[in-house]
Amino acid sequence: MRKASTDVLPAEGGLGNEPLLAVEDLHVEFATRAGIVRAVNGVSYSLSPGETLAVLGESGSGKSVTAQAIMGILDMPPARIPKGEIRFRGTDLLKLSDEARTQVRGQRIAMVFQDALSALNPVFTVGWQISEMFRVHRGMSKRDAVNKAVELMDKVRIPAARQRVNDYPHQFSGGMRQRIMIAMSIALDPEVLIADEPTTALDVTVQAQIMELLAELQRESNMGMILITHDLGVVADVADKIAVMYGGRIVENAPVHDIYKTPAHPYTKGLLESIPRVDLKGQELYAIKGLPPNLLDMPTGCAFHPRCPYRQDNCVTDNPPLYEISGTRSSACHYWREVLDGDQG
Amino acid sequence: MATKGERILEVRDLVKHFPLTQGILFKKQIGAIKAVDGVSFNLNKGETLGIVGESGCGKSTLAKVLMALERPTSGSVEINGRDIGKASGGELKRMRRNIQMVMQDPYTSLNPRKTVGDIIGEPFDIHTEVAPKGERRRKVQELLEVVGLNPDHINRYPHQFSGGQRQRIGIARGLALQPEIIVCDEPVSALDVSIQAQVINLLERLQNELDLAYIFIAHDLSVVRHISDRVAVMYLGKMVEIGKDAEIYDKPAHPYTQALLSAVPVPDPEGREQRERIILQGDPPSPANPPSGCRFRTRCWKAQEICAEEEPLLQIRPGTAHESACHFAETHDVVHVG
Repeated sequence: MRKASTDVLPAEGGLGNEPLLAVEDLHVEFATRAGIVRAVNGVSYSLSPGETLAVLGESGSGKSVTAQAIMGILDMPPARIPKGEIRFRGTDLLKLSDEARTQVRGQRIAMVFQDALSALNPVFTVGWQISEMFRVHRGMSKRDAVNKAVELMDKVRIPAARQRVNDYPHQFSGGMRQRIMIAMSIALDPEVLIADEPTTALDVTVQAQIMELLAELQRESNMGMILITHDLGVVADVADKIAVMYGGRIVENAPVHDIYKTPAHPYTKGLLESIPRVDLKGQELYAIKGLPPNLLDMPTGCAFHPRCPYRQDNCVTDNPPLYEISGTRSSACHYWREVLDGDQG
Repeated sequence: MATKGERILEVRDLVKHFPLTQGILFKKQIGAIKAVDGVSFNLNKGETLGIVGESGCGKSTLAKVLMALERPTSGSVEINGRDIGKASGGELKRMRRNIQMVMQDPYTSLNPRKTVGDIIGEPFDIHTEVAPKGERRRKVQELLEVVGLNPDHINRYPHQFSGGQRQRIGIARGLALQPEIIVCDEPVSALDVSIQAQVINLLERLQNELDLAYIFIAHDLSVVRHISDRVAVMYLGKMVEIGKDAEIYDKPAHPYTQALLSAVPVPDPEGREQRERIILQGDPPSPANPPSGCRFRTRCWKAQEICAEEEPLLQIRPGTAHESACHFAETHDVVHVG
């Protein structure tokens, strides 16, 4: 039984020109004792069905806060969204009632968290936690919901799902727990899946299994996926397009193949150059100098200017807009032309 | 003191089992976690040995045994020819001066209630012969300068520093007693990507200046390759392959090494569809009850009967120039395809 409020949202189907999910000029700030922390300062990105958008950034860049704003799981207060839109199929989620928002969360937009051990409830069995999705959102009976949970555990390839459905989270390994998280998130066939560092806590061989599983589920259901990560390797493996975040802003937007070949922002370029390479073994690694910005005390002008090798006087005073380079690429650097050229030299 | 290229650390058949007990009053041993189960290797002065492997393979336990924080169940760890596992009292204290550690997490490994000067100077309280009382402050400031921090910040507390700076404090503490060997247990994995390169460069510079030998434990294979002269791969308490960095990365012979290398995401989207991917099924077995014979056989695509019956030894196999522990070892370049 679906509740009546779902009719606020357009049903699945044709999208026209509207992307599946569009974040537009989003601002998020937190009131803290030390002052107002502007965690997200005007972030815009969009996602189409079947597409994978990677949001790349370091801790404190605002990548997870943006995702939490989309999911509607920010604690407000202390968080506040003074400005911006999050349009899902053309409807601004920020204007919806709490009840309507609950209908979207989990059903239409779902999320996989980084640390499965702390994201799962330790005192309920995994079967209970997965089947909760069906009981709460679909009003299924306990028995039907548990059967559905077993089906899902099979789908995410947990061996002997029928026997393990009554086990507790601590009885599973890290990779298996992450599979359970994924099973919960895809339970209601969401159209958008947000994966926040889904493999950071896992070993590489298990990471490969999980990324393969996510890609397969995406192919089957044509979900749009937002992959939040700091790992340039994972991004290169799975993403279609990339948004690089720094100091609460997107500094570069590009299709995946372009950004690795010709980065258009000095920060992206610095990150790529600091990856250890076989042919440069024994030499000093390129390192971006300095430290990430303090969100309480952001630099004037461009947030990256204290660390930037391309800095000119106007970078200290003027915050660069997101310059359009081509139809699919943009860079928030006054000197993106020099950055692009420098890479070819 | 050893001279350049001379062997300073020799590990022979090192075993560390943690007992599993049952019962509250009368504890009965019902088994053992075989965290490290027969590991042998050498380390020369000024050299870096990288150790890679997944969580639970025993790399951190190995580090603790090397540091004499855990006593080995059997086997020996010889530093300049003396066994640290058998040393005690004053001798152990003297030997510990020579092997120091940099921890993984710079947020929890520094005491928040002590100033940086106290943290870096603490080794001098224990080993008073290194720096007489009057000189300590100057020594600590020198160390701060060596690791690229402002010597005037000696009275600050850890929370006033960023993650990368804290890791530098941890490194300065490791250097205080002028050791010949430093064990780095995941020294950059807790840091932001843009900061990791700074810390790796610092470690390399210190190695060149002070002729340090590193045991560099990490799971990031590209970082390990960059810094290491030789690399050892561990799986479930055993070393499965050891060799020069180019041998391990370009000519891996053990199936586990091949799977590990192929699973690492490459930061280059070109040819990602064609890249060879060996995706292992399942999780590593429990070290309390490892499989018979070869420990990797339960996840190995080459496994045959002999793998369950006979344990493959770490030795040079036909067709390869470095040691590997597989009955069917065969070099196969998984990274540079096409």
